[in-house]
Amino acid sequence: MDGFIHQILSGIATGGIYASVALALVMIYQATHHINFAQGEMATFSTYIALTLIQAGLSYWVAFVLTFIISFVLGVLVERIFMRPMARAPELSSVGVFVGLLLIFSSISGWIFGYTIKTFPTPFDTGKPMLGGFLSGHELGSTVVTLAVLLSVYMFFRFTRLGLAMRAAAYNPVSSRLVGVRVSWMLALGWGLAAGIGAIAGCMVAPIVFLDPNMMAGILLYAFAGALLGGITNPLGAVLGGFAVGVIENIGGAYIVGTELKLTMALVIIVAVLVIKPSGLLGRTVQSRV
Amino acid sequence: MQPDANLAEAHVDSAGTVTLSGYPMPSVQARLQATGLHAAYGDIRVLHGLDFVVAKGGITALLGANGAGKTTTLRAVCNMVRTQGEIRLDDVRIDGKLTEDIVRLGVAHVPDGRGTFLELTVEENLRLGAYTRHDKDVAGDTDRMFGYFPKLKERFRQQAGTLSGGEQQMLAIARALLLRPKLLLLDEPSFGLAPLIVKEIFAIMQRINAEEGVSILLVEQNASLALQISDRAYLLETGRIVFSGPSAEIRRDESIRRSYLGY
Repeated sequence: MDGFIHQILSGIATGGIYASVALALVMIYQATHHINFAQGEMATFSTYIALTLIQAGLSYWVAFVLTFIISFVLGVLVERIFMRPMARAPELSSVGVFVGLLLIFSSISGWIFGYTIKTFPTPFDTGKPMLGGFLSGHELGSTVVTLAVLLSVYMFFRFTRLGLAMRAAAYNPVSSRLVGVRVSWMLALGWGLAAGIGAIAGCMVAPIVFLDPNMMAGILLYAFAGALLGGITNPLGAVLGGFAVGVIENIGGAYIVGTELKLTMALVIIVAVLVIKPSGLLGRTVQSRV
Repeated sequence: MQPDANLAEAHVDSAGTVTLSGYPMPSVQARLQATGLHAAYGDIRVLHGLDFVVAKGGITALLGANGAGKTTTLRAVCNMVRTQGEIRLDDVRIDGKLTEDIVRLGVAHVPDGRGTFLELTVEENLRLGAYTRHDKDVAGDTDRMFGYFPKLKERFRQQAGTLSGGEQQMLAIARALLLRPKLLLLDEPSFGLAPLIVKEIFAIMQRINAEEGVSILLVEQNASLALQISDRAYLLETGRIVFSGPSAEIRRDESIRRSYLGY
């Protein structure tokens, strides 16, 4: 029984990472109806930046904040330089750009930082087990960080003027322009925020899975499964879906398919959701009267 | 009854058809002046050189059948279509500017289909209306909107998509007014609404025009109603202005009403 509880709790811990990345995916999807395939590789690149800053002698949390800011700017630049010109391009061209970005970021990471697997530090005390031995210090700490990030993102979108404008621009760009919102900048900010959230997820997962240029490839798949499960049109759903996938993956890996086939579970979830309920569990249904 | 030959100007073109250009408009201070306004969707040209004026403080109606180019004219003012020609708002040229910049200069547009943010609450829709403002009077202005549209106060926390058509139209007008516009563009506020609600909304629009000092350019298919509340009107047919004049004169002119307005 203890083992089972441990699996669930550590599933929630990794689920938090998937939830963050799922949220980043959904933010861009809501505004553009595209999945940013490069989200994971951008996050890996950010994690390398964090490692470089830490190795340069900065304290962990200073490096963490700096990495968030750098990633935010990077996200905005990617949108301005690569995605903006594609705004009116056909669907397939955008997909091509996403795949291109994935390859570019992956290659740049490998080229600058090398392909060897690196360890990544954790700011949390890993020595003593937490919550009665069910979680490591890092798992607990990263869950707290993830929840704090998700909560701040929620507060930002719910209560700030800019957050409201970003939501409006995603839902209804034409009407947003008519109330004076600079829609194309909202899109760029969304990219920045998504890149920042991805960077945090990267820093939180790197101590567990170790850092290499393909670190986030599998995680992106889980995150995508989570986003679909919860409903890709609903940020809250995507977050809950991310947590759920973390737990399902852990339990399935421990008791059903074994660790080697864990990634398959993500694919099973994706296929199952698309077949049974394509809108996901909490997919948006707009109530509307005519 | 024929239009009074002394007042209405008639032109005979080379093909021998008589076109009426309208009754003389009293000269007014212009809030908005469009000169030689052309507009097109891709290769399809919709407006062919319109000249019109929206009087400061007045209500100007743009009338015409489906497909005449009324909605396109409003879109052209906000640069939402490919446009050529000159548009001035209080002597400042706005043609060629970005939609959001034209809005920031004081042009509020209630578009075709009302442009409600269906997924957001009534409160959030209203907050978006005041998005460009940084002054402290937003709360007071919102309360004044509740004075015009008490229903919105009841529905304040509700998702805007759950409102009835009339309530959504009210929300759209309130949202537009929260911008504190100089000019309000209204695209068919009567569309899809029950006659009683339409009457109510038009009455409120007259009040708003008087009390808020906002000039209104009103696009309507319901010509009879629009002529009652407007002081100037332009008649649009396939992208050209075919008749214009003070609304009161047009209302009295049976032949114009019959041939162009269908009532």
